[in-house]
Amino acid sequence: MNAESKRSFDVAVIGGGPAGMGAATVAAECGLSVVLLDDNPGLGGQIWRGESGSSKHTQASHWFDRVGRSSVEWILEARVFQVGKGHLSAESPDTVHQIAYSHLILATGARERFLPFPGWTLPNVLGAGALHSLIKSGLPVEGKRIVIAGTGPLLLAVAAYAREKGAQVACIAEQTTGAKFACFGLSVLLVPEELEEVWQLAWQLQAVPHWKNCWPVAALGKERLEAVRLSHHGRIREIASDYLACGFHLVPSLELAQFIGCAIQDGYVAVDENQQTCIPGVYCAGEPTGIGGFELALVEGQIAGFAAANRKDLARKLWRRRDAGLRHVRALRRAFELRDELRNMPQEDTLVCRCEDVPFGLLRAHQSWQSAKLHSRCGMGPCQGRVCGAAAEFLFGWSNSSVRPPLFPVRCSSLAEMPVETIPEIHEGGSK
Amino acid sequence: MPDSIVVWVAGKNVEVPKGATVAAAVFVAGAFCRTSPSGQPRTPFCGMGICFECRTVINGEPHRRSCQVLCEPGMVITPDEC
Repeated sequence: MNAESKRSFDVAVIGGGPAGMGAATVAAECGLSVVLLDDNPGLGGQIWRGESGSSKHTQASHWFDRVGRSSVEWILEARVFQVGKGHLSAESPDTVHQIAYSHLILATGARERFLPFPGWTLPNVLGAGALHSLIKSGLPVEGKRIVIAGTGPLLLAVAAYAREKGAQVACIAEQTTGAKFACFGLSVLLVPEELEEVWQLAWQLQAVPHWKNCWPVAALGKERLEAVRLSHHGRIREIASDYLACGFHLVPSLELAQFIGCAIQDGYVAVDENQQTCIPGVYCAGEPTGIGGFELALVEGQIAGFAAANRKDLARKLWRRRDAGLRHVRALRRAFELRDELRNMPQEDTLVCRCEDVPFGLLRAHQSWQSAKLHSRCGMGPCQGRVCGAAAEFLFGWSNSSVRPPLFPVRCSSLAEMPVETIPEIHEGGSK
Repeated sequence: MPDSIVVWVAGKNVEVPKGATVAAAVFVAGAFCRTSPSGQPRTPFCGMGICFECRTVINGEPHRRSCQVLCEPGMVITPDEC
């Protein structure tokens, strides 16, 4: 059984990463009552996971310190499964939180894009970000051989961290071209604040082969991963490996924004200069408005927080920093655009939907995500298409805009406690 | 190991650092966390609570996402089936 908690706040912030921490902190410092909800056992999001104690990261320790001193009330291990006008429901291990709010700030972050290839469901094949957070949360990798594959700057950060913890990084397989990667490198070098970090990464990774035009063809092994087969400049290489960490850059987590009806433009939540969505009083900050990293997320979060507190004068002061960050968003998008050959990675029997074990061959016959879902159960497992949806979008060009409550699988008792007036009406043709 | 705790994973004693997630303990044990509908063993995949591949039974409670749960001394972790 659940305990039930009913509270009312000026501002509800969903997501406790840099954007959410920035938003919640400044709104509270302006005198508003603020609740900050996050699904994880600690604040910091994925990027600052486990940094709350003694962080080496100066920005992280600044914000952990500042949110700690503020009046922000945070609720961890809380999954928001229903949002309505002025009200939301979240489930934590033993409580259902019914929260009334005046302003809502969505800081739901991003996740990795995963693409299917033969063997990607084998034990010890995992996300690149997943390897990073697992090492942070207690996985020893000393002496382990690791292949890191996919695309995006995250691969470099993961490789450096794994090496620091004693792993042997056999190679980084980056799908983009050498030229595109070099352009990205130059664009980063033009930002003085990034320089030190870039040199540090380059220094830590000098002994690691960083192959461009390279992507996984298959993960091999009987019960567990034993080796990775890669295509590199058209040649096939096979590399023995204990772990394969793969990720094809990031995709924004849009479910909540889509669910409450925020306009989506080119795959991201559309916002005005104060981070307000098309719904008055609903703001969005960080990766859902464009993949740009934590510095931009922090700035956008603060703008949203100030705007919610009606301190547009303070929000305006951050516009220039935000607009500089948006250039980085465009540079990232250009550099790590997925190449067409990746659509040939899955074979007929390669599973695309890991929850329901639906193979590529079965999906190809369909014309839309809706049809594939209804006939094959693709995307109907507990992840609700969070993994296979982004893959299907790339492989087949299917878009998935229909989001239904509950936004996460929850206990029946949590559903039963949802206030009747917040249960959405089901319109003909499904809920929007 | 200083500041370590011991949990049971698939019938095996496993020592993990304090603050480790159950997902990390599953890897340390060389175990699986769930079997898929067609019977494949799976290990944690996304590491951030969205893919649900890391579902395990923790102290008898099924479908817990092991990457979101911290280990506690004496915890009993067995594979989830579905």
